[in-house]
Amino acid sequence: MGTRVFGEPVRRREDARLLTGRGRFLDDLGRDALAAAFVRSPHAHARVLDIDVMDALDVDGLVAVYTSEDLPGGVGEPLPLLIPHPALTHGRTAYPLARGIVRHVGEPVAMVVARDRYLAEDAAERVRVEYETLPAVVGIEAATRAEHLVHDDVPGNVGAVLVQETGDAAAAVDAAPHRLEFRLSIERSASTPLEGRGVYARWDADDGSLRVYTSTQASTGVRAAIAARLGLPNGKVEVIAPDVGGGFGVKIVHPWPEEVLVPWAARLLGREVKWAEDRREHFVSAAHERGQVQDVRVGFDGEGRVLGLDVRIRHDHGAYTPYGIIVPIVTSTQLLGPYRIGAYRAEVTSLYTNTVMVTPYRGAGRPQGVFCMERTMDRIARHLGLDRADVRAANLIQPDEFPYDQGLTFQDGRPLVYDSGDYPELLRRARELVGWDGFEADRAAAASRGRRVGVGIGIYVEGTGVGPYEGGHVEIDTAGRVHVSTGLTSQGQSHETVFAQIAAAELGVPLADVRVTTGDTRRFGYAVGTFASRAAVMSGNAIALACRKVRAKALRIAGEALEADPGDLDIADGVVHVKGDPSASLPLRTVAVLSNPLRYAFDAETAAATQFATGRPVTEPPVAPGDEPGLEGRDYYSPVRSTFAAGAHAAVVEVDPDTAEIAILRYVVVHDCGRLVNPMVVEGQIHGGVAQGVGGALYERMVYDGSGQLLNASFMDFLMPYATEVPRIETDHLETPSPLNPLGVKGAGEAGVIPVSAVIASAVEDAEGIRIDAMPLSPDDLFALRRQVESAGGVASAGMGERGACDLGGGAGGVASAGISERGASDPGGGAGGVASAGISERGASNPGGGAGGVARGAGDLQPRQRVDDNAVAARQRRNRDTSG
Amino acid sequence: MKPPPFRYHAPRTLEEALDVLAADPSAKVLAGGQSLVPLLNMRLAAPSALVDINRVAGLDVLRVRDDGVRVGALARHARVERSAEAGAVQPLLRLALRHVAHPVIRNRGTVVGSLAHADPAAELPAVLALVGGTVEVASAAGRRTVRADAFFRGPLEPALEPGDLAVSAFFPALPPRTGAAFAETSRRHGDYALAGAAATVALDRDLRVTSARAAYLGVAATPLVLDLTGAAGPAGDWAAASAHVLERVEPEADIHASADYRRHLTGVLTARVLRAAAAGALRDLRKAEGC
Amino acid sequence: MLEEPHDIALTVNGVHRTARAPARRLLSDLLRHDLGLTGTHVGCEHGVCGCCTVLLDGDPVRSCLLFAVTAAGHEVTTVEGLAAPDGTPSPVQRAFRECHGLQCGFCTPGFLCTVTALLRETPRPTEDQVLEGISGNLCRCTGYQNIVKSVRRAAELAAADGAATDEGTA
Repeated sequence: MGTRVFGEPVRRREDARLLTGRGRFLDDLGRDALAAAFVRSPHAHARVLDIDVMDALDVDGLVAVYTSEDLPGGVGEPLPLLIPHPALTHGRTAYPLARGIVRHVGEPVAMVVARDRYLAEDAAERVRVEYETLPAVVGIEAATRAEHLVHDDVPGNVGAVLVQETGDAAAAVDAAPHRLEFRLSIERSASTPLEGRGVYARWDADDGSLRVYTSTQASTGVRAAIAARLGLPNGKVEVIAPDVGGGFGVKIVHPWPEEVLVPWAARLLGREVKWAEDRREHFVSAAHERGQVQDVRVGFDGEGRVLGLDVRIRHDHGAYTPYGIIVPIVTSTQLLGPYRIGAYRAEVTSLYTNTVMVTPYRGAGRPQGVFCMERTMDRIARHLGLDRADVRAANLIQPDEFPYDQGLTFQDGRPLVYDSGDYPELLRRARELVGWDGFEADRAAAASRGRRVGVGIGIYVEGTGVGPYEGGHVEIDTAGRVHVSTGLTSQGQSHETVFAQIAAAELGVPLADVRVTTGDTRRFGYAVGTFASRAAVMSGNAIALACRKVRAKALRIAGEALEADPGDLDIADGVVHVKGDPSASLPLRTVAVLSNPLRYAFDAETAAATQFATGRPVTEPPVAPGDEPGLEGRDYYSPVRSTFAAGAHAAVVEVDPDTAEIAILRYVVVHDCGRLVNPMVVEGQIHGGVAQGVGGALYERMVYDGSGQLLNASFMDFLMPYATEVPRIETDHLETPSPLNPLGVKGAGEAGVIPVSAVIASAVEDAEGIRIDAMPLSPDDLFALRRQVESAGGVASAGMGERGACDLGGGAGGVASAGISERGASDPGGGAGGVASAGISERGASNPGGGAGGVARGAGDLQPRQRVDDNAVAARQRRNRDTSG
Repeated sequence: MKPPPFRYHAPRTLEEALDVLAADPSAKVLAGGQSLVPLLNMRLAAPSALVDINRVAGLDVLRVRDDGVRVGALARHARVERSAEAGAVQPLLRLALRHVAHPVIRNRGTVVGSLAHADPAAELPAVLALVGGTVEVASAAGRRTVRADAFFRGPLEPALEPGDLAVSAFFPALPPRTGAAFAETSRRHGDYALAGAAATVALDRDLRVTSARAAYLGVAATPLVLDLTGAAGPAGDWAAASAHVLERVEPEADIHASADYRRHLTGVLTARVLRAAAAGALRDLRKAEGC
Repeated sequence: MLEEPHDIALTVNGVHRTARAPARRLLSDLLRHDLGLTGTHVGCEHGVCGCCTVLLDGDPVRSCLLFAVTAAGHEVTTVEGLAAPDGTPSPVQRAFRECHGLQCGFCTPGFLCTVTALLRETPRPTEDQVLEGISGNLCRCTGYQNIVKSVRRAAELAAADGAATDEGTA
């Protein structure tokens, strides 16, 4: 690898078009296509009695209305169960258009095709559907009670019971010197990419072929599904993922009903048809995730070492299970994290509810598992009166223990064996970066100014780069351009750049000469998809292997031309040369010409490869046995098992004693994903993950009412963080190469999001001295917890020495007490000005907020080591800052 | 999420606008559209016609006099927010406008439109109610001036009849020796407030509180104005004022906050805005003495 | 109901454009589907995400909350119009590339328009002003870290460009 592009923060190839409005996202295509819209169920559970489309037929511009009765054969049948698993005894999937029963609000009942989307919505509004509502099962408790069933033929609403175990966990817990038992829960959230789903299909009647553009994470899977449903050979279906405006998991599910119906309608109508999902549809008809209740029993020794861990997890799977039980499998295996646990048992019960189905969202079950493990570590530490980080350290797998077999089966059906890592070093760096060991002094200093702060920490291990395989194809053309293609898709992960870096480094060509195509079945037909932080590991290595084939071929052909041993040749800057003799060289574009013995020349360059021009021996065939024309190569990477990335995060939070608002003052990430191909890109992935984690920890939840209506199906009420809600993220990298693959890389896509809820819960608990068992945590939730603790007669737990000092508001919540006007020294706003009345202080003018204003100004004092710009913190705190006039 | 069809009118004069509104009582007025268009896109509203007043001459007034600020129906939030003159005469305008959604929304949304939307969680209705402002309403039948306390009849229910157009609003000036403050708590920056409060406090030369009033958003069906002068007493016992307020608000729960939490916030914010307003009054007084 | 079409004329990126569309056509849809300027994206159609932000007479507005008929006669600038006429990227575009201020690129046009106007009003924004300025735009990929960096960098680049221009004209 001569060219220094691997490992460099190379600027992105994607950006030139995306910054100028020349990106091609799904709805940017097919300007003349007909538009589809869907009639969707307004009920969470109902029988469809009648569908009357007569009124819709009056809409000018209407082309067609379809109900399930109109769908022939494979088109109307239930969608596939993508990932069967022996434990999924009652897998159920939806019909593309509801047949008989609807099981969640938003389930499609009829499809309308019209001249444009406005008219399609007009018509959809006029389709009258008569429903008989049935009792809705909403939430894990209702599903467990099973007074009503989501599917008549699924007893107890139980789709799957999955057990993962090593040793006798129950016995180990019972025999342990210390035992704890508690319940945790984590709410629903969702991927929520800014571009919704969408499909655009063109039928070519003359060719009998279909071209489908879809905003997907798995174009080859979509192709296979469409071909099967529509009775077409794979070769007559082209599926292309254009620029995709974010996926985060939700676009890995396939085929969506719309991905079957839109191509079917395009063929039937002989017209281009497009469906671009709108935001409301996305909330109620795509997919959600998280959503678990965990009952934990843990036994441990006096140093906090876990001897037995027995977890019962109830997982809300929503109405259907097309993606199988991947999320609960991941939770139950990745829960163990970086720890060496004595005996372990996880039993996951996957429950149906009358809500949008649950499929992987960035993290894919790991945030729930890490929440469970890390909350457990904090509980153990508090129980024993030990430092929380020390308890973690006591349980960590040591660097000399790799490969480390956890004794479980991972989501790829293979043993859960960690390949490499240095967990103690991750923890050490995170402690150092966040100032863990000096935090008590910071806490005391803050408390003396009436401020309440806390610190939290969390560690995770993430299985990345799961199989079965990905492939890469590399071709050097006669102009010297390098065309790289791989079947998996891109949704913003910078694949065009990163794969080009790998190819440029492997081949010894300038980065500018490399072009990368992803997710286009016309270019590469075999692929699995983009999920599970697998692209760099899978396609990255496949491309590297394909490049090595091409490189070997180039050296062989050039060797013949230069009359040199290929072993004496090297490639630099796109030119093959004899090592130590730059004058004996041949550009790759010429090698490409020579690689393809020609009868016909089409330009001066290629004339050199024609049959009368080459000096090849006439006794040999022009293309040697086993060889192929062209300077190209294809290879696949198929690993025995996954790689395991890891990281440690820590955060400092401040809670407002009066309003219960929670602010993240600092957030630090120490991350190890093996060798970095492009550190800039990896950092970007971490940033985005952490922001989603912050959303999941403090802002985002899907709020269903008892009847199964999603109450916050808009960006107004589903609170995705803006820039003002996300703290500055400080990162540090550790590089422990994976021994499993040629590049030594591990995945990075999901790392940022995984431990955030655990870390924030840990920090808020530390600040408040109130046990945090459920996330996300809103100010209202924290307020309610404070009230509970007050009514229970005091502080929730011992061992929070500083709490008394920072507990300004006291029992009355800081309002009814005299604290407001006569807080004296404890109140930065009151009294300090020394003006006539306690309540009237000039100081208050600049800092009327007290709590919030104080947070902002004091941040610098709190953490002298921190690099956080005080102004940035100030701006984040502005939410509650009032200003006087 | 595309709006349903509607007839469209784009009058050039006020008379024309009022004629169109009179002719079609179910027509809705379109000014900034930052609240109306989302409702249309979600098809939660389907008016037969829209009267787009964006081209009506003379409605974009922003007139600042010693006695107050008059804001025309086409004056956008951003323009009022940036007006130093308006801010000097009635500081609450600026203090509250900073909390209205995001800057990009404020570029298009209008002050009068926000009042006419009469959302109890919105900032400007509370300000108009606190300062005793008025809304000037025109119809083909004539003009009338409606006081704030009569204008906000219920949630999303302004005192506007079919055919009416709110042409301007008047925010009286802040009296001398008076300070004002505004504070709210929202989930994300720019979201509707979970609870919010605006306050004015007046002091006499002996630094006694002569008036303490507050208005609340997000905690009642309409902007709630409370006179807290008695509760706070001449020394400004803001805790007592807060306690007084807690007994008088009956907020409702929604998906973002419980009623209890809203009530609690109202108390916290009461103390904060009263303290800040008092500090402002003190500053005003010191400045006057300095001259 | 048959909708009456309206003739809509407006200036987009300095070019006079006309289209015939019903009154309910959102400006975002007119730009994208009638005029083929698909750089303006639509992420929520209720005014929250900011993907559709364009400049109307220089001020950033949500094009999904504006009817095209209302915008008739006005000047609209979209992401396609931010570069110099010769194609040179604007300081904001350059900064976003330099600082990795975008990943999937879907929200990016809205950010670019918003930031362009922000820096014109406030050429040297404080951290507070940067956050306030972009606080109405959602991004699901970047965690905003590099967007904030990009805004700061764009301010530097714009200042440098301005200095160069001043020298050129002096």
